[in-house]
Amino acid sequence: MRKIVTIATVSTLALALAACDSESGGGGSDGELVGEGSGADCTIGAPIPVGAALSLTGGAGSYGESQRNGLELAVAHLNDAESGVTYELSVEDDQTDPRQGITVFEGFVDGGSSIIIGPTLSNGAFQAQPIAQEGAVPVLAISNTADGITEQGDYIFRDSLTEGQVIPQTIAAATEEFGLEDVVVMYSNDDAFTESGYEVFAESLEAEGVEVSNTLTFSVSDTDFRPLLTEAAGAEPDAIVVSGLIEAAIPLVTQAREVGLDVPIIGGNGFNNPQLMSDAGEAAEGVVVGAAWNSASDNPENTDFLAAYEEEYGSQPDQFAAQAYAAMTIVDTAVRTNCSGERDDIQDGLTNISDLPTVLGPLSINENRDVEHEAVVQIVEDGSFAVLD
Amino acid sequence: MVDIQQLFNGLSLGSLYALFAIGFALVFGILDRLNLAHPAVFAVAAYVGIELVTSLGISVWLMLPVVFVVGALLGLVIERVAFRPLNRRPDAHFAGLISSIALAGVFIALLQGRYGPDTQRFPAEALPGATFTVLGAQVSAVQVAILVISIVLVVALGLLVARTRLGRGMRAIAENPTAARVLGVNVDRVTATTFAISSALGAVAGALFALNVNTAQLGMGSAIELKGLAVIIVGGMSSLPGALVGGLVLGVAEVFTVQYLGSSWRDLVAFALLFLILVVRPQGLFGKRKVREV
Repeated sequence: MRKIVTIATVSTLALALAACDSESGGGGSDGELVGEGSGADCTIGAPIPVGAALSLTGGAGSYGESQRNGLELAVAHLNDAESGVTYELSVEDDQTDPRQGITVFEGFVDGGSSIIIGPTLSNGAFQAQPIAQEGAVPVLAISNTADGITEQGDYIFRDSLTEGQVIPQTIAAATEEFGLEDVVVMYSNDDAFTESGYEVFAESLEAEGVEVSNTLTFSVSDTDFRPLLTEAAGAEPDAIVVSGLIEAAIPLVTQAREVGLDVPIIGGNGFNNPQLMSDAGEAAEGVVVGAAWNSASDNPENTDFLAAYEEEYGSQPDQFAAQAYAAMTIVDTAVRTNCSGERDDIQDGLTNISDLPTVLGPLSINENRDVEHEAVVQIVEDGSFAVLD
Repeated sequence: MVDIQQLFNGLSLGSLYALFAIGFALVFGILDRLNLAHPAVFAVAAYVGIELVTSLGISVWLMLPVVFVVGALLGLVIERVAFRPLNRRPDAHFAGLISSIALAGVFIALLQGRYGPDTQRFPAEALPGATFTVLGAQVSAVQVAILVISIVLVVALGLLVARTRLGRGMRAIAENPTAARVLGVNVDRVTATTFAISSALGAVAGALFALNVNTAQLGMGSAIELKGLAVIIVGGMSSLPGALVGGLVLGVAEVFTVQYLGSSWRDLVAFALLFLILVVRPQGLFGKRKVREV
């Protein structure tokens, strides 16, 4: 009872203070999420509820775990800063199941979350996002790379670069570095993610004027690539370009070196995994892969993040953790733009993100609600990713 | 040069198929049972092999005999749990087939409980990285080992069946289990030993397969299961030399299919070959098993 009275009192006060902002979308509150001041001076009385739908169990469980770590670390930093705005993060598991993702989204929409972060996989995002769009709740996707994610509506945003953004930069950098003239392309043709990756590779190679002397396909469950690699070696290419998942990447890279293919191997986002070096060992040397986050970047946001993550969790963060961490920087900026945690105000704030310094580097949200920032092209050297330049 | 390389690729892949299929052929030829827990042994052995190398730090070559023993023990378990209790039933063939599938499910569930769904691999530094140049083709130490180990094991098995007292017991049981028992053959012991040898070979095949592609997955057994059955049908259900030849033929056919037609056709051509052989020489599957080659 006392709680209700408190909420009512705070709401009334907030309403009075923000009388001009009567159009703000409902956040399950009556204006208590509207603060005073602006930008860095913005002060909002109530904590802003942030819902995160992550895959903590199931096939994408390891990604969701990183994302949760990144989000919790970011929220802890924002709340510790005593900057006038606090966040209340609630993380729900979608079990890597789109149907469960829908349920989680419904819970957040009805439960008054000001913004929803996630879900982990593009597959689930396509199913769950319409619920937020209909409920007029802004969504910030933090790891989805498929085309069309943000086309689902004007409340859907993302801070993860798409394969379509990363791969052209990767091919351009590799072409320049190695003077590529003709390459062999390999991809698994029974998986939507790797097939769309292949299409971007093909377009980028054409744009760079690199000839594709042979295109070889394999199945997403294949592990023995020697026959294919032998055929690829017969074409004597300058490089092998592969769109495949990490499960294929490791045996493929190992066997390529065995059959004597010592040329650079250029991979899609599936290759962007430290497992590649730990499991393929020396064979991984010379693998080129584009990424949305440069772990070696020395901008102050990133160095602070690396140190804080290592201290909190005892391990190095990955790209998923970095993108999750950056999401809270973006949300905080969007909230402060209108000094409000109301859904429509955050949505408006998200459309105004420009050159924001984050762990991913300075980033902007474009008119399609997609993020824009520079990708980093990495090459494996001495067992770890180094920047190719 | 590409063709020679592909021939080596096909032979090492094919000898893996053969080593795996011979387990099927042995149990089927002697005991008239199809043991569908065999693919699960293949997967379990791969995980055990990786665990041995990772945890104990032993070399991959020392790992193989240990996996052989582990496989033999699993074979005893399979015989005792999935087959022996059903022996007296009139539909013992079919009941054993189903209960071995059930046991395979249990093995895989235990494996998933222990290791989770993720792919397991040998540590990179444990793999023998050596490669040789033979006739202009690059052949890895593991590929050579697969070929040599498979042929040695198959020949040793052939000698065991043909020359030893145990082998005589096996042949007697294959002919007529009741008569063998009357003649003083310890049928239960020979049956259990047959399962143990069969699973031990399947286990070595699993560990070698994981070594070959440095990948072990829960589903790796089901991926090779149909190939193994195809191999023994191509070779003639219960024939050990037939399984060896069938395996090599299938492996080489698959690799050249990838080379000349594309990877998507590899299974189609392998199984088209199976149909062709069944049409031309149906004895393998439907012929009366009067002539024992075991």
